[in-house]
Amino acid sequence: MVTLQINGQAHTIDAPDDMPLLWALRDIVGLTGTKFGCGIAQCGACTVHVDGKAVRSCMLPVGAIGNRAITTIEAIGDTPNGAKIQKAWLDIEVVQCGYCQSGQIMSATALLNRTPNPDDSDIDAAMAGNICRCGTYVRIRQAIKNAAKSV
Amino acid sequence: MSMSSKSGTAGLSRRRFLQVGTAAGGGLMLGFQVGGAFAQAPAPKKYVLNPNAFIAIARDGKVTFQIPQEEMGQGVYTSLSQLLADELDVDLANVTPLPAPPSDALYASPRSRRQSTGGSTSIRGFYTALRQVGASGRAMMVQAAAQQWGVSAASLRTESGQVIDDARGGRKLSYGELAPRAAKLPAPQEVTLKADKDLKYIGKSVKRLDAPEKVNGKAQYGIDVRMDGLKVAAIAASPVVGGKVAHVDDSKLKSMPGLQLVQLDDLVAVVGPNFWAAKKGMDALDIKWNGGENAKINTDAIWRDLEKGSQQKGAVAKEEGDVEKSLKGDRFDAAYEMPFLAHAPMEPQNFTVHVKKDGSCELWGGTQVQTATVKAASDALGIAPEKVTFHNFMLGGGFGRRLATDMVTKSVRVAQKVDGPVKVIWTREEDIQQDMYRPAYRNAMSASLTKDGKIDGWTHRIAGGSVIAAITGGKPLKDGIDGDAVEGAVNNPYAIPNQRIEYVQTEPKALNLGWWRGVGPNNAVFAIESMMDDLAKKAGKDPVAFRLAHLGNEPRLKAILQIAAEKSGWSKPLAARMGRGVCAQNAFGSYIATVTEVDVTEMGKINVRRITSIVDAGRTVNPDTIAAQVQGGILFGMTAALYGDITLKDGRVQQRNFNDYRMMRINETPSIEVHVVSSTEDPGGIGEPGCSAGPPSLVNAVFAATGVRIHRLPIDRSLLASRKIA
Repeated sequence: MVTLQINGQAHTIDAPDDMPLLWALRDIVGLTGTKFGCGIAQCGACTVHVDGKAVRSCMLPVGAIGNRAITTIEAIGDTPNGAKIQKAWLDIEVVQCGYCQSGQIMSATALLNRTPNPDDSDIDAAMAGNICRCGTYVRIRQAIKNAAKSV
Repeated sequence: MSMSSKSGTAGLSRRRFLQVGTAAGGGLMLGFQVGGAFAQAPAPKKYVLNPNAFIAIARDGKVTFQIPQEEMGQGVYTSLSQLLADELDVDLANVTPLPAPPSDALYASPRSRRQSTGGSTSIRGFYTALRQVGASGRAMMVQAAAQQWGVSAASLRTESGQVIDDARGGRKLSYGELAPRAAKLPAPQEVTLKADKDLKYIGKSVKRLDAPEKVNGKAQYGIDVRMDGLKVAAIAASPVVGGKVAHVDDSKLKSMPGLQLVQLDDLVAVVGPNFWAAKKGMDALDIKWNGGENAKINTDAIWRDLEKGSQQKGAVAKEEGDVEKSLKGDRFDAAYEMPFLAHAPMEPQNFTVHVKKDGSCELWGGTQVQTATVKAASDALGIAPEKVTFHNFMLGGGFGRRLATDMVTKSVRVAQKVDGPVKVIWTREEDIQQDMYRPAYRNAMSASLTKDGKIDGWTHRIAGGSVIAAITGGKPLKDGIDGDAVEGAVNNPYAIPNQRIEYVQTEPKALNLGWWRGVGPNNAVFAIESMMDDLAKKAGKDPVAFRLAHLGNEPRLKAILQIAAEKSGWSKPLAARMGRGVCAQNAFGSYIATVTEVDVTEMGKINVRRITSIVDAGRTVNPDTIAAQVQGGILFGMTAALYGDITLKDGRVQQRNFNDYRMMRINETPSIEVHVVSSTEDPGGIGEPGCSAGPPSLVNAVFAATGVRIHRLPIDRSLLASRKIA
């Protein structure tokens, strides 16, 4: 049994220590907003926050998390930067198929958490780990800048 | 009000038969059927369209709209709803799009005659039909109000889901109130569509209806299906096409509780309580495969076959003028090649299946082909399609991958061995290595120029595998021609007096083929636009000027090419090892002119600096969606040109995941300006064509920057290293 702090709630789950957080969230806790894309931390679809920082949940064993606070896409809108990013995404219609966007939004929110006014190279560094096959990158970049400027 | 479409909507409406009925809760249910099961009148000889859509208007005025097309990011839920809401005259916010159930009889695409989302056909197929559905519904609401008030329908107007009687103090009846009465009325056989000036949603960049749930994790894709008792399976199919399981050593699996081995002749699955457990079980197996003859195939052999194929005379898809004579003099020959490609949508393949003890089957998943999905399951189980229930989900990317149903068949075959529902999820490695690949093509081309630098003769021979043959089970092609493989080549936009287009069916061994975003025109446009650049150089002309000189028959393309040159700063000088490349194309009913600017380092690294693309897609429904599709399509194509290459060794696909089947990332993506020009031409398709604009504009920019012509994709950077400008 492993206890995880997810979106402000403690969840005690029957999972082996080596189970990646991704599958604990999706298959056991039932939070399916976090997506499986590659399983090897190459695409970023599984990005969640651990203590406010972006991590790839597909390679993070639940046994290594301890008491740290996990935030998923389902609750990121409750944080000021998460809400700003979501609004900015909607304002300029970033999404297409949407499958990667949970991860994109989590990475972008983590970026704003540590860099309130990111420039292009900050955006490149923070977002290059998130693949979008629909090709929404141009709008992602713009939406992050818009969110940073918003109050 | 006047007709707003030049494509003869009045004529089409006479071929329509409206279905009227009472919806649950007493509302109006309205459907359109052309010549199908509902039609009482003799079917007309020729159907221009075969649209079927169903709308229910509830007592509270809410409209539910069964969308026949799949939402895979292209915005079709929104754009089709715009067409309906505008003519029905209801607020878009009151329209709820729902995925239509599988039924070719009711929801077949007017273009493919089956329920299918592909080929950039949604708007082209449903534009007029859905406007007519909406207009018919509106006319019935007006008629119902006229009856209720005892006035003439002509004296009434509608606004935002209400019928208004201005002559009598502006009294109002809502559509919800009118629905029960309207449901008893005969359907109008003729409807008048709104004039352009009265359109409220069509042609406007309204917000996507599917976006809010895609930014908060609530959107449900096939892979997100959850239900009581659901098991999850990891799957491994034969890594060689046609191969069989030789032996499975499951000794380690036996010590792992709660896991079930499913061993079939050509695939193995491990079923568990969650995906991680199933995958660990799979990793614990030692599977030996017998690949058979295909295990001897390497990509080099396929390319040798393609080269040989391209040297043979092919089936003639088009011939004009005197080609032999025109090519007798000074002739330019070139070959341009495109590799096999995987689709790699972000949502790996998956399907959830419950094969029930009563002989029925339930399916959950995302597909581009709803009815074919049902058929795949019923075929695999040997049961009637009526025994299959399909629950439709959002697609985490389609790109043509989900036009195939192999993932349905495999999931059903696994589920047959499982007690209860099972979600079969492919790993990314399985997704890339078990794809239906975009065929590799070799284009062998020849051309001659007149003294004043105009193209005189042109031959374009395409050798490659046929997707059409693949999806029809290897049937011989009609006249030896794959219409998709030569699409874009036979309708080459340039005025060329003497030309011949040929196709040589050259089937690759050991790879399954499928549709890939942009399909045939990806290859043809790449070959034509590469050749045009080479010929411009030979003629000593500027690449844009050379193209413009050959676009006398294509005023729309000519106009946007001029705009693209202007907006991109085409004639402005650039520093050394920088260059601009152009691509002009006519595909899927839309015209696109694109200029890409690059720099190429001395090491051969390509930096894409800027992309400018001008689109004439005719009448628009949602211009911002068009821009988004072209932005994304260009990157999809450019990703392939920069990185995409599926290769075989010993019959096995060598690429595994995003580390070795690379994608463009945000740090490699330049600004992409897309301008959508307004037009009153028929609406064109837009999901596919952006894709073909990327590779040619890129290789032509590389040519301008380095003097090196790229003949095969993806671009071999070693060819660009430390070369000086010619």
